[in-house]
Amino acid sequence: MNRNLLEVRGLAKSFGALRASDGIDLEVRQGETHAIIGPNGAGKTTLIAQLAGELRPDAGTVRFAGEDITSLSAPQRARKGLARSFQITSIYADFSALENVMLAVQAHAGSSFRFWSPAREDEALRSPARKFLDEVGLSARADVQAANLAHGEQRQLEIAMALACRPHLMLLDEPVAGMGAEETQRMIAFLSTLKGGKTIVLVEHDMDAVFSLADRISVLVYGRIIATGTPREIRANVEVRRAYLGEGATA
Amino acid sequence: MNPRNRAIALALGLLLLAAVPPIASLFNQPFYLDLLRRIMIFAIAAASLNLILGYGGMISFGHAAYLGVGGYAVGVLAHYGVYDGFLQWSLAIGASALVALVIGAVSIRTSGVYFIMITLAFTQMLYYLGISIEEFGGDDGMRLAVRSRFPGLDLSDANAFYYLVLAVLVLVLFLGHRLVNSRFGLVIRAARSNEARTRAVGVSPYPYRLAAFVIAGAVCGLAGALLVNHTGYLTPEFMNWTRSGELMFMVILGGIGSLAGPVLGAFALLVLEDLLSGWTEHWQLILGPLLVLSVLFFRRGLAGLFFPKNE
Amino acid sequence: MNFFLVLEQTLNGLQLGVMLFLMAAGLTLVFGIMNLMNLAHGSFYMVGAYLATYFYQVTGSYLLGVLLGLAGTLAVGVAVELVALRTLYERDHLDQVLATFGLILFFNELAAMIWGRAALYTDIPDYLSGHVDLLPGLRYPLYRLVIIVVGLAVAALLWFVVARTRLGMLIRAGASNRAMVAALGVNIRLLYTLVFGFGAALAGLAGLMAGPIHVVQPGMGELILIEVFVVIVIGGIGSIRGALAGALIVGMVDTLGRAFLKPTLATVLSPTAADAAGPALASMLIYLLMAVVLALKPQGLFPARL
Repeated sequence: MNRNLLEVRGLAKSFGALRASDGIDLEVRQGETHAIIGPNGAGKTTLIAQLAGELRPDAGTVRFAGEDITSLSAPQRARKGLARSFQITSIYADFSALENVMLAVQAHAGSSFRFWSPAREDEALRSPARKFLDEVGLSARADVQAANLAHGEQRQLEIAMALACRPHLMLLDEPVAGMGAEETQRMIAFLSTLKGGKTIVLVEHDMDAVFSLADRISVLVYGRIIATGTPREIRANVEVRRAYLGEGATA
Repeated sequence: MNPRNRAIALALGLLLLAAVPPIASLFNQPFYLDLLRRIMIFAIAAASLNLILGYGGMISFGHAAYLGVGGYAVGVLAHYGVYDGFLQWSLAIGASALVALVIGAVSIRTSGVYFIMITLAFTQMLYYLGISIEEFGGDDGMRLAVRSRFPGLDLSDANAFYYLVLAVLVLVLFLGHRLVNSRFGLVIRAARSNEARTRAVGVSPYPYRLAAFVIAGAVCGLAGALLVNHTGYLTPEFMNWTRSGELMFMVILGGIGSLAGPVLGAFALLVLEDLLSGWTEHWQLILGPLLVLSVLFFRRGLAGLFFPKNE
Repeated sequence: MNFFLVLEQTLNGLQLGVMLFLMAAGLTLVFGIMNLMNLAHGSFYMVGAYLATYFYQVTGSYLLGVLLGLAGTLAVGVAVELVALRTLYERDHLDQVLATFGLILFFNELAAMIWGRAALYTDIPDYLSGHVDLLPGLRYPLYRLVIIVVGLAVAALLWFVVARTRLGMLIRAGASNRAMVAALGVNIRLLYTLVFGFGAALAGLAGLMAGPIHVVQPGMGELILIEVFVVIVIGGIGSIRGALAGALIVGMVDTLGRAFLKPTLATVLSPTAADAAGPALASMLIYLLMAVVLALKPQGLFPARL
C-alpha cells in the first residue's frame, strides 16, 4: 500500500520581505525516491531546514507517518526516523570515520547517560558502525580522522551516519555536491541500492543523479512547487523548461 | 606520544608529587609543601572546568563561584559549630551542584558570547551576595574556626592534608578519565565538535551539557572545601571574577581536551605568579602581557608540548 | 518614602542608565561589527577617568581635562587595537576573552603603578556643581543632570550616524558581510580601527563623567563592565536599540531597587529581616532580572539588527 510518509501542506517562511517558502505542498510516498529540484534561490535550503526541524515555519504543517511533527525539534524528528545529510559537509572532523558513525549509532541505542564504561570499545556501538561504513564502502578508512578523508569520502560518511540513524525517511541535501564525475557515478550507484527500501527525499542540482534516481520530481521555483511528476512528465513540462532556461535540462 | 606513554608520564608526575612531603621536610622547606598543595587544589578546580570548557566547549567564565559555594558551605557550618568533615564536604558538593543546576538551566540555553557574559554575571551576583552578608564577615570574610574533622585524619597535620589533597586529585583525574571516554563524554565532545550534526543524529545537547555543568560545579565545590581548609579563612574573593579567569587560563595553558592539562596549567600559572610576585610588586603588569602572548602564540598549551598527539 | 524621593531616584536611575548605555553601545558596536568580545572595554572606562582627572589637575581647566581625557582614551584605544587586537578578529571568542583578560590585568596594574592603589577623588568645577530646582520641592544635582543630557545626546548622535549616514551604512554593511564590503574597496582595517577607537572613547566618556560621583581606582572598569554585560544580555547583542533599552531598564531597576527594596520589605517583614535581606537582594536584583529575561527571551529584547 502506497501511503504518504511525508506530507507538507501550506509551508510558509518569510525573512523580512523575502518569501523563501510561499505555500509549499508536497507529498512523498512510502518507498519512493522523490527529488526536489529548482533554480538557485528557489528556497530549497529553507525547505530542507523546515523539514529537518532546524527552522520553524511561519505557517503550514509537516506530517510524518501520519503524525504532525511541525512543532518537533530536529533531534526529536531524527529520533522519529527522519535522518538527513548536509549540503555542506557536516561531520565530526576530529573523530575517526568509525567514531563518527558510532555516535549516530549511539544516538539510537539506548541512553547516553552512561558515565563509566568506555564507549569506544563498546562492541554494541562498534559493530553496527562498521556495518554502515561497509555499506557505503568506507570500511578501509574506518580509523582515519574524518578531517583527513577525501571530500567524496566525507560525503559517503554523511550517508553512513544518516543510515546509522535507522531512518524511515532520508533527507539528502545535494549528496554529490562538489564530487568529480567518477565519484558522482559511484554515489549514484550506491544510492540506487537504497531505493525502494528507504524513502528518500533528494535535493539536487546534478541532473544525472536526479533523472537516474528519482521516481518522482517536484520543481521548486520562488518558494512554490510549480510541478510534480515522473521524470518524463517533468522533462516535458513547459513551465519547468521556462524556469530552467539556460540550465540545460535535456529532453 | 601514544596513550600508554602518556599514562606513564602522568603516573610519574603523580609519583613526584607524592614524594614532595618527605623531601620538603628533609630540606626543611615547608613553603614548597604549602605551594604544591595549593597548586593541587587549583588543579582539581581546573580539572573540573576542563570537563565543560576543554571537552565541552562551554566557555564558562563563572567557575570560581563554586570555589566560593564550597568554601562557604564548610566555613558557615564551622561558624555554627558543625565540624564534621563528611557533613561539611557533602554540603559543599551538594550546594555547588544545586547552584550549578540553577545557573546552568538558565545559561545553557544560550551559547557563544551570551553564555560567557551570563556565567560571569551570575558569579558576580554570588560575589555581591557574599559581600552583603554581614554575619559571615561581609567583604572581609571570616576565619575558619576549626578545620574539617575526619575520623583518624588531622587536617592541621600538613603532610596528612597534603596526601588527602593528592588522593582527591588522583581520584578526580581517574573519574574524569572514565567520564570523558564514556558514552556521556562522547556526546559532550561531539556537541562541541559539531552541534548541528549532533542534533541531526537525534541528540539534543542541552541535558548532557547541563549534567556536565553540574558535575563540574560539584567537583569545584569540593575544591572549594579543600581551599578553605588550606587557607584557613574564607572570603568572597574566592569568587572574584578574576579567579574565574585564572582557572580558565589554567585549562587553556595546560592544553584543552587533555586530562593532564589542567594539572600542568595550574602548576605553570601559580608558579609563574609566585615567581613574578617575588620579583616585583607590580607583577600583574608582566603577567598580563604574558597571558596575552600565550593566547596569541601558544594555543596548543603545555600538554601539546609535552604530550604531542600523534595523528 | 515620598513622591519627590521616588522622582529623585528615578532620575538617578536614568543617569546610571545613560552611563551604562555609553559603555554598552561601544561594546555592542565592536561585537556586532567586528565580532570581537572585548573584556578590556572596562579598562577604557578607567583610562578615561584617570586621564581626565590628571589633565584637570595639570591644566586647571575641567573642559580641557575632559577633552584631553577623551583624546587620550581614543589614542589608547587605537593603540590597543593596532598592537594587540588585530590578530584576534580571526580567532574564536575564547581566545578573545582570554587575551583581553590579560589586558585588564595589565591596565589595572599600570594605573596602580602610576597613580597608586588608593582611590582618587575628583572635583567637579564650580560651574557644574550645585543644584537645580526642577520642580518646587525637587532639587537635583546639576552635574547629574548634565550627565543625563550628554548621554541622551550621544544616543541621538549614534542613532543618526548609524541610521542616516554613509558611514553608518558602511558600519551596518560591514556587520553583515565583511568580505563583501572589503571587496567594494572600503578600507576595512581603517573602519575597524575607527569603530574600536570610537567605542573606547565612549567608554572613556562614561568613565570621566563617573569619576566625580564614584571613586577613581584600579579595577573600577570591571565592576561596571559586568553590569554592562547584564545590559547587553537583556537588550540583545549587536543592537544599539537593545543597548539603550537594556541600559535604561538595568539603571532603573538597580537604582530603585537599592533605594526602595529595604523599606518595601520592611512593610512586610520585620525590620531586622529587611535589614539583612534588603541590601543582599537589592544587589542581586539585576541578575535575577537577567535570568527572567533569559528564560523568556534567550536572545534578549531587541537582538541583532543595528
